[in-house]
Amino acid sequence: MTASRIEITKDLTIPKLFLHQCKRYGRAKVAMREKEFGIWLPFTWQDYYDNVKYISLGLVSLGLKKGDKVAMIGDNRPEGLWTEMAALCAGGIGVWLFQDCMMEEVKFIIDHSDAKFFVGETQEEADKAISIRNECPKLEWIVWDDPKGMRNYHQDFLLSLKKLQERGKELDKKEPGLFEKTIAQGHGDDICLLFYTSGTTALPKGALLSHWNMLTMGQNLMSVDPCYDTDDFVSYLPFAWIGEQMMSISCGLQIGYTLNFPEEPTTAREDIRQIGPHVMFAPPRLYEGMTRQVQVKYIDSTWIKRTAYGFATKVGYKVANLKFEKKPVPWIWRLLNWLAYATVQKKLKDHLGMSRLRHAYTGGAAMGPDHFRFFHALGVNLKQIYGQTEIAGISIVHRDGDVKFDTVGTPIPETEVKITEQGEIISKSPSVFLGYYKNEEATKKTLVDGWLYSGDRGFIDEDGHLVVFDRSKDVMTLKDGRPFSPQYLETRLKFSPFIQEAWIIGDKRPYVTAVMCIDYSVVGKWADERKINYTSYQELSQKSEVYGLVQKQIEESNKDLPATARIHRFVNLYKVFDADDEELTRTSKLRRAFVENRYKDIVAGLYSDSEVVHMDTTITYEDGRGQRIKTDLHIQNVNV
Amino acid sequence: MAHADQENRAETILKIDNIHMYFGRVAALAGVSLDVEKGEIHSIIGPNGAGKTVLMNCINGLYRPQKGRVYFKGKDITDVKPHGRASMGLSRTFQKIELFGGMTVLDNIRLGRHIHLKSGIVSGSIYVGKTKREELESRKFIEEEIIDLLEIESIRNKTVEMLPYGLQKRVELGRALALNPELLLLDEPLAGLNLEEVEDMTRFILDVNEEERWKVTCILVEHDMGVVMDISHRVFVLNFGNKIIDGSPREVQDNPEVIKAYLGEEDLYSSRR
Repeated sequence: MTASRIEITKDLTIPKLFLHQCKRYGRAKVAMREKEFGIWLPFTWQDYYDNVKYISLGLVSLGLKKGDKVAMIGDNRPEGLWTEMAALCAGGIGVWLFQDCMMEEVKFIIDHSDAKFFVGETQEEADKAISIRNECPKLEWIVWDDPKGMRNYHQDFLLSLKKLQERGKELDKKEPGLFEKTIAQGHGDDICLLFYTSGTTALPKGALLSHWNMLTMGQNLMSVDPCYDTDDFVSYLPFAWIGEQMMSISCGLQIGYTLNFPEEPTTAREDIRQIGPHVMFAPPRLYEGMTRQVQVKYIDSTWIKRTAYGFATKVGYKVANLKFEKKPVPWIWRLLNWLAYATVQKKLKDHLGMSRLRHAYTGGAAMGPDHFRFFHALGVNLKQIYGQTEIAGISIVHRDGDVKFDTVGTPIPETEVKITEQGEIISKSPSVFLGYYKNEEATKKTLVDGWLYSGDRGFIDEDGHLVVFDRSKDVMTLKDGRPFSPQYLETRLKFSPFIQEAWIIGDKRPYVTAVMCIDYSVVGKWADERKINYTSYQELSQKSEVYGLVQKQIEESNKDLPATARIHRFVNLYKVFDADDEELTRTSKLRRAFVENRYKDIVAGLYSDSEVVHMDTTITYEDGRGQRIKTDLHIQNVNV
Repeated sequence: MAHADQENRAETILKIDNIHMYFGRVAALAGVSLDVEKGEIHSIIGPNGAGKTVLMNCINGLYRPQKGRVYFKGKDITDVKPHGRASMGLSRTFQKIELFGGMTVLDNIRLGRHIHLKSGIVSGSIYVGKTKREELESRKFIEEEIIDLLEIESIRNKTVEMLPYGLQKRVELGRALALNPELLLLDEPLAGLNLEEVEDMTRFILDVNEEERWKVTCILVEHDMGVVMDISHRVFVLNFGNKIIDGSPREVQDNPEVIKAYLGEEDLYSSRR
């Protein structure tokens, strides 16, 4: 495999690499698969090439010039990646939007990025683009791909992806060789992608990444954890997230593994199981979801299964802990571990789609040690990644056999990481971005002498591992003056299957309190079994039995915490935090300043003697409609 | 909505000629006549007990009217049994879901397809030649036309009784479509659905009616006046077994008798919002 490794030079671009790989594999190898109509359909590298070529020439025929932006939105599917690659091949710059972006965000990004093209998947995305078109005068063309529901759209700025490819074919006949010629003109320092970071505080900023950034990042990651072209990867997280680009483009294109696209977002879990990927990268919430799934199934299963599971996890935890401590595993535990594998873990891993998994990465937010241990006890090689969009994805990763669940690992090759005197994490590598688009001020703050200032606080421990606190502004000070990470408490709470989200308050306050969001399906089921009637999330969350249940979870988590960090009072929120309400970022991080302001009544209630908070607020639906909610929330004390 | 095809008088796909239906002495339908043209969405509305479902049952053959005839594609079908009508291209969904709860979504939909499978027990058991071809075609049809249209990929292997009500309604539409019908009777497809589900279901009905692939004529019985007035080409109003009016949504909304029948609901169009 090393023999076929491509040398990354400043001259190399993603399109050049793409061309190289298409020639190398041609019809002999499957580049990607998509599940459609219940069947996995393969696309060879030749198919990949043909599709990209004609889309690319189609864009050129519509007037795409070097440096023009192409905005893209839609679920993960081959056409999405083809369009991105096509835009890059024509010298354009790709801008991805999250599928669930609200109209305002779409408008901001399209306008700010000066996008000339908009490529959407279905009628829904086309509608979004059409409705903002008047306010974004630079937007010239809207392309769609799924004909469903598009029968009554005849505007002359609308075009189907098929028509676009036909235009490309015509241009190819007129000017053969144009596609290759354009690719040859590219340079590694050219900008390839413009990423809008979700930002926990301000308006999104557009990070500019070059081909060189993306390719060196992939190379350096894979020199730590090699991938092979026989591997399978499932692409199901938004392309607008740097992590997905890093796996599909930076690594995927370089090594040539097969990308698999699920049928629909709703079938992803089932489809992952069918594929059984070798590599996986997901934000913590997905792993948290899997843990919850296992815990819930456990509660439901028979006595014998529960006993077997109990045995297997006990052994798993013991062995995992020995490995964490880098101690040898005695033969008796090895034998027991084999037994645990044969009876429980093998099956369980198969259900989670993890039976062939070599490396599982998590990143993008903090992950609780409980979840971390859970996967290692299952025998899954889960590793933390640390990085940010501005460094083309990642800069730090755990090494095999050197995983510490309270750290994020050590830097990948060609990467330097330092801590400033103020405790801020800064890094330097070939993958550090070029700056923010049309935002000199932010660029100056973030990029100083080639060092990338992350805004995160942390330190390097005795083993050279980086430990990340939260964002500087997210660290809170307890009553006794100790700094404390609310995220640590939140992830601990979220280990309970009944808790979906938690928000810890306590900065410079007399005691720590929490706002809890129950998991509707799990608590709902729990309530059904106890014959507790409810009609909605709101009603269920306010049941006194549910309060009792949540209190038990909190007390469990309070157990081995220092007294000042224990949660004293909590309230069950009438809804789950949602990115549409701006409470979370699109990558599901809690926006503390925002919720603190939005729920100031609740915060005030938690720090008073009252037992009830009156709420009067508006929630937003995905299509932008709002609904007013008036309700009373009960506040409960915890036995500390 | 597209009235263009009304000018060149499209052919009548269903003709109900003066039917009477009595239960004992109660006249559920007292001489009702109705013409449904090919390609339209023809809604039937009326207060509870007006006879809407009885009329539906007469069309699909569950009831045989005591008087009057029913013609489908020009043929008199008054004496044809429901399954006979189904194989002629007449399909329906029910007000109360009538699926096989213990079977999977896919099996329920396949069952709707059964009427079009011609191979016999012998060739069926060895899966060769015609049977194989037929099975493959049927699979392709179900997957590409129905599951994709109704967006039920993630539940295709789930048992129906485990699904929420809104999805069950969708599966029922799927089964009705598996017949590849020319005329689809929809009996309260939106009842009991939440706002989002109503929007989805309405979109599916419009797709089935307008999409080149389907072009299915629909008879819609529904209480959601917002949707009825929005998507129907024509609306037939029934009250105590008698026709009040049969006209465009506008005509119906302006009709004083209709307003009287719907006591209190003065503006029909806004009854939902």
